[in-house]
Amino acid sequence: MKQSSQKRLIYQKLAFSGMTLVASLTVLIIVLVVIYITSMGAGAISFEFIFSAPRDGMRAGGIMPAIIGTFYLTIGTAILAVPLGLGAAIYLSEYAPNNQMTRIVRIAITNLSGIPSVVYGLFGLGLFVLFLGFGTSIVAASMTLAIMTLPVIISTAEEALRAVPQSFRVVSVSLGGTRWQTIRKIVLPEALPGILTGIILGLERAAGETAPIMFTGAAFFLPSLPSSPVDPTMALPYHLFVISTQVPGMPVRIQFGTALVLLVFVLGMNVIASIIRSRARARRQW
Amino acid sequence: MDKIRIEDFSLEYSDGNESLRHINLAIPAKTLTVLFGPAGGGKSTLLRSINRLNDLADVKKVKGRIFLDQTDVLDKKLDTITLRRRVGMVFARPVVLPFSIKRNLTYGFELAGIRDRDMIEESVERSLVQAALWEEVKDRLDEPAASLSGGQQQRLCLARSLIQQPDVILLDEPTSGLDPISTLKVENSLQDLKKDYTIVLVPHSIQQAARTADMAAFILQGELIEYGSGKDLFTRPKDERTQRYIEGRYG
Repeated sequence: MKQSSQKRLIYQKLAFSGMTLVASLTVLIIVLVVIYITSMGAGAISFEFIFSAPRDGMRAGGIMPAIIGTFYLTIGTAILAVPLGLGAAIYLSEYAPNNQMTRIVRIAITNLSGIPSVVYGLFGLGLFVLFLGFGTSIVAASMTLAIMTLPVIISTAEEALRAVPQSFRVVSVSLGGTRWQTIRKIVLPEALPGILTGIILGLERAAGETAPIMFTGAAFFLPSLPSSPVDPTMALPYHLFVISTQVPGMPVRIQFGTALVLLVFVLGMNVIASIIRSRARARRQW
Repeated sequence: MDKIRIEDFSLEYSDGNESLRHINLAIPAKTLTVLFGPAGGGKSTLLRSINRLNDLADVKKVKGRIFLDQTDVLDKKLDTITLRRRVGMVFARPVVLPFSIKRNLTYGFELAGIRDRDMIEESVERSLVQAALWEEVKDRLDEPAASLSGGQQQRLCLARSLIQQPDVILLDEPTSGLDPISTLKVENSLQDLKKDYTIVLVPHSIQQAARTADMAAFILQGELIEYGSGKDLFTRPKDERTQRYIEGRYG
């Protein structure tokens, strides 16, 4: 008896240390990436690097057009994907009947998130750039990114909506509320932090992707900023790809500097998402 | 005068659980009527049929009729919003909405688009007094409702169901999570309220049923076994199944 309980204790300790090790490993990896990129790229960061355009065949100067371009693309993606994604999530969580059609929609969403991003890129090229005639442009690239982002936004938003206790809905209806009043006054406000987190995570992925924009809106090099949504634009991830593979004699410093800016951009969004989440958790009343 | 008339009412859920069969029940106005019986017998289902809250559930089949005064409650074209304003409801677990104490009360007015401030202020006080909660919360109406104790929360829910001055109040085991003192407070409020409202209560124990009932209906596995005045039913039950249940032989 004693023997076996001791044995179980040892097993427990082993299991715990094993899991702790694995958990620390993931932290270690992200820390390593951040430290490596920062140490290699920090030297390139300067006022000029952030606020001026590339010069000398991109081997000198800054990356401002790419930063601004990624900003535009992220905003464009948000404008298209947020209303659509949120609407779909509300429908699925609050209105959709439990039938075959709903199941098909759900399966479609799951599969949409599994499609490789380069396939989205080709799809965007075919549909938005060529067929609909938007050309290589911010609009076409944003649409492509939006389609890629949709499943992330829909599934996280739906999850956040479902997490709102059913009893709130029942009480609201029992007090004479319509379904929509209940959603607007109780369900949405309660789910908002989760929804925002999902939106940010989705947009963060969009901001960092290269493949979907390389055929649809990203430019190799532009001397000036895009002047309208139907212009192509430079963008951080694509710029990084270009200067890492396509430009001979590229200073490593600038490559890593660009990577660092992209990393900060994306991690910054992540931090905002965590702050929203933890604030909401502290405020939660049930 | 009968406030609620239930005629040959049957209901079946899609998952085959807890159905009701051929219920006939006439609930008089301004009395407290209890629906009691073992768990899973369909008491809550019957209660939720009166304000059509079962619309939210997966119901397969409904037959028969339910009248509230002259209104045909089960009419598909009925405006359920108006119906639910006439029929207040309190649930087993106190469900306070994630708002302040006050907004929990005024939420019904908000839904109805009523903005008459004086009337609303008055109603807040009246409903809290009726639910025996006014003295405890009058200085903290803007605090989150979740900061109240369980017993206070349930009385807030009672006040919330009263604020729109419904005709009928439905209570589904409203004291099941409460301590004896809070339970007593709620029961006392109900005794006062039945002067003005028709109350239908699913009690959380036979003792509570016996203490509170003007009229009592014994419901067993989806059937109405016996219905009569509380006094008769708990002292001289006619049906053997009622007697055995009251004596605590099963359930």
